Amino acid sequence: MSDTTAAEAAPSTVEVMIDGVAVDAQPGELVIAAAERAGVHIPRFCYHERMSSVGMCRMCLVEIDTGRGPQLQASCMVQVSPQMVVDTTSERTQRAQEGVLEMLLINHPLDCPVCDKGGECPLQDQTMAYGPGESRFVEEKRHFPKPIPISELVHLDRERCILCDRCTRFADEIAGDPLIDFTERGNETQVLTFPGEPFSSYFSGNTVQICPVGALTAAPYRFKARPWDLAQTESTCTTCAVGCRIAVQSSRNELVRYLGVDIDPVNHGWLCDKGRFAYGSVGSPERVTRPMQARSSGRVADIAAVEPMRNFEPSDWARALDAVAAAVKTARPGAIAVLGGARGTNEDAYSWSKLARTVLGTNHVDAQLGDGLAADITVGLGTATIDDACTADTTLLVCGDLREELPVLHLRLRGAARAGSTRLVEVSPTETGLTRDAARSERCGGGEAAAVLRDLLDGDDPLSDELAGGSVVVVLGRSSVAESADAAAEVASVLADRVPHAKFLVAARRGNIRGALDMGLAPGLLPGRCLSADPTPALAAAWGELPPEPGHDAAGILAAAAAGDIDVLFLLGADPLTDFPDSVLARLGVAGARTVVAVDTFLNQSTIEADIFLPAAAFGEKSGTTTNFEGRVSELSELVTAPGSSRPDWMIAAELAMLCDADLGFVSVSEITAEIAAVCETHAEAMGSPVDGDGVLVSGAAFEPALPPAHVAPPRDAYGLRLVCNRKLYDGGVTVAQTPALASLRAETALRVHPIDLERVGVASGTEVEVHSERGALRLPIVADSGVGRHNAVLAFPSPELDVGALIDATATVTDVRIETRGTQEPAS
Amino acid sequence: MSFFTEENRALAGEIIGRYPKRRSAMIPLLHVAQGQAGWVTPEAMTEIADLVDTTPAEVLGTCSFYEMFKREPVGKYLVNICVTMSCALAGAVELMEHAEERLGVRAGGTTPDGMFTLASAECQAACTEAPCLQVNYRYRYRVDTEGFDRLIDDLASGSLDGEIPQHGITARVRQHIPEDRAVGAVPPDEVNEAPVWLAASAPNGAGSS
Ligand code: SF4
Ligand code: SF4
Ligand code: FES
Ligand code: FES
Repeated sequence: MSDTTAAEAAPSTVEVMIDGVAVDAQPGELVIAAAERAGVHIPRFCYHERMSSVGMCRMCLVEIDTGRGPQLQASCMVQVSPQMVVDTTSERTQRAQEGVLEMLLINHPLDCPVCDKGGECPLQDQTMAYGPGESRFVEEKRHFPKPIPISELVHLDRERCILCDRCTRFADEIAGDPLIDFTERGNETQVLTFPGEPFSSYFSGNTVQICPVGALTAAPYRFKARPWDLAQTESTCTTCAVGCRIAVQSSRNELVRYLGVDIDPVNHGWLCDKGRFAYGSVGSPERVTRPMQARSSGRVADIAAVEPMRNFEPSDWARALDAVAAAVKTARPGAIAVLGGARGTNEDAYSWSKLARTVLGTNHVDAQLGDGLAADITVGLGTATIDDACTADTTLLVCGDLREELPVLHLRLRGAARAGSTRLVEVSPTETGLTRDAARSERCGGGEAAAVLRDLLDGDDPLSDELAGGSVVVVLGRSSVAESADAAAEVASVLADRVPHAKFLVAARRGNIRGALDMGLAPGLLPGRCLSADPTPALAAAWGELPPEPGHDAAGILAAAAAGDIDVLFLLGADPLTDFPDSVLARLGVAGARTVVAVDTFLNQSTIEADIFLPAAAFGEKSGTTTNFEGRVSELSELVTAPGSSRPDWMIAAELAMLCDADLGFVSVSEITAEIAAVCETHAEAMGSPVDGDGVLVSGAAFEPALPPAHVAPPRDAYGLRLVCNRKLYDGGVTVAQTPALASLRAETALRVHPIDLERVGVASGTEVEVHSERGALRLPIVADSGVGRHNAVLAFPSPELDVGALIDATATVTDVRIETRGTQEPAS
Repeated sequence: MSFFTEENRALAGEIIGRYPKRRSAMIPLLHVAQGQAGWVTPEAMTEIADLVDTTPAEVLGTCSFYEMFKREPVGKYLVNICVTMSCALAGAVELMEHAEERLGVRAGGTTPDGMFTLASAECQAACTEAPCLQVNYRYRYRVDTEGFDRLIDDLASGSLDGEIPQHGITARVRQHIPEDRAVGAVPPDEVNEAPVWLAASAPNGAGSS
């Protein structure tokens, strides 16, 4: 039986009567969902539309008549059938609801006055709406010690738990981290972790959000606010490039909570814990909130040892911006560069792009820090969406570990693979979070994914037929910053050549990187996804004459600065010393620029070196739009005021233009949005009118990216290992470091190698060794990991405690390392 | 540092191989673990999780659901005296009092030498033989106080070793399913033939179609 005949035979809708109204339901739809769509709310605790139904709580009992007379049935477990009659308000239904609530409250402590959920609690609300009013239960309730931490982020109060199975189901079904489960039985049933093994899932915060009572609470939010004194707005998470929709909440002008908002195309209501708790960094007391200028004398080099602020003296906007303008005016032509811009809004990026080209007269702009794919590939190659990847016959993953890099994309793909709506095939240097759910997972050497794919597709492997015979989405990313971006470009060209119908989804990682590139913050690109060499007429008319000479990318900018050729280096929310893979070059570059201007929220390794520090507004403190890695534009909202005199990036650009005797032509965010819509054909729809929560997908580019001809990674020498620098969600970056709830979750950095390779090194797992590259050396523990491909040495980047970038040469195709065991220290056992 | 003995490790492998999904072997492996140590230790749960490809939390969830899996050490002999209605009417309460006196522990306790754990139990479905008890789930019927003393003496002297193994051993004979009768580890949704045993037991191969 083929699918088409099945579809033809099945009716497209099923008519059911719900509370006397005829409703067209979808075949297979649950009664509770059909009723919801028809505007009839059936109370529930355990049912969740993004998870399977379990019928745990019985709150959704309603009278359902399928021809045998009305019977009380759990509407979350019964599918609609023709002529079904549902009564959600009958007397029997009401008595059932009262009974269920009376029963659920038997053991519930009713400590609402000290419960975080009070005021937004489904148990409270439904007890008021459907409860009996009085309980006949006078016996002692069951007692447990009050909340126990089940992880560093989540606390569990078992007395409040109504055993709905939402958290445990989420952990197992959605997150794939079944680290909590029902234990014991009957009256003793309780949610618990295994002793000594906490619920340390990247997605644990979702359980707090979906718990229908106050049993699960988030450590960072406990006792912080009451729902009725929260201000709220809807926005989009920019912690990574997935762009999950969120509700941002504040109390007394302080961000206190983010909640996931369910939108179909992106996050389905889920968030990762990094995104969910990132508000901690916005409210961090370490924020720099006023302009500062470097002390002319007595600068202290070693920032770790002393108070970093000592390098600066307080300034004000007028003096600081004057100093910047003076530096700009005295700069040699072509000697100004802007690094960064992925942290801001599209409007911020556009303003700086325009400032650089039309006022500063430079094409040396790069929002990426040498850690992404080539800008033209990111902007021009990707046409697939998350939904495409979740429904393609085959989704080929040639990227980093998505659980670490784009966590909610990982959730979506995992869900799709488990539901059988796509088949995952991955080629990666080490196992990833999706390996278990992939139909096939191939290991490759660092920088050799393209070669592995070429061999598979040109040989007689079944993969080539599988790809030829169905739809294909390639999730393309950079699985290691220790290999050059060409490796990923080569993967693209191998696949574009052999699987011409494949669509690409470029897994760009950093916040609004896609928006920044779309707005031209890259050498060779201009706003509206066009090449600098070939601006669209609208843009050429609006921007006038553009700087003639081509721009440098981040590596070029840092190299030029190191050579003394950059007079003013703007760090626009960029920390090259942490994020640029080659930290030696980054250090030389930042030190070599004559004047370094930091536009940032924190002092970090790079901005500590700045001559002028301009405090920027952060997420939640400014409005505008952002673009996720698919190219989806959605709105960002302002909810709290920026601390001190911090300002949004766009405003700094506009004022600086004025001091340089120019005018960017806008004085508000909405004017910039309108200008983008006017000069970028691609963005006319997305930016021309307000977008709803789903955002608007901007598709198409004004050019085709040039894919490089295939090249071959140099062979590894027989004694060496190939360095693979992958990402960790809790990394050495500033968001994690400045979010108290997350900083302690960072894992210690270790070099992971295959057990056979470790045996060749000849030391025990956990031994501290010396790792040498052509560039430098590091001391760190080496550990065995059978998930790592042979001959690879995997190291997380950026590390919170080690300068991993010291091993990497930005100009090399790959980085090979040797392990030295002289003077090693065996782990204490 | 593995929990399972080499022999039980091999057995675990064999058991896992019987199922299309490794996880299905969880309960049988909990029995093997309890057979080895007399109770299910945390190390056993962690190792089972590893073997059947899940988390220790899920193994704990399953293990703690079943009262017969003990997560605390118990004596070599677990003596469950039925105290439900029929047995109670036939003298179970007196029997329990006597047992407590004889063993020197209250119901729920274990003798200091680690030989006996005394427990009260619900109906053991032997009401016609009340009062009844089980030693490591092996029945003793119509037990009076003298009978109880004899039983304890016999257990202590080892004369019942042949009949009643130490706590945790469910059966001393393991079934080994011959290849031609094994259903095999085929995932349920891939089954499209009649079961092997049907074909094997049919007189002349009928039944396989
Ligand atoms: S902790 Fe909350 S989500 Fe989990 S089972 Fe209990 S009530 Fe449900
Ligand atoms: S996946 Fe990315 S966008 Fe979504 S919540 Fe996490 S950090 Fe934010
Ligand atoms: S919502 Fe249907 S049983 Fe819980
Ligand atoms: S009451 Fe004791 S066996 Fe039934």
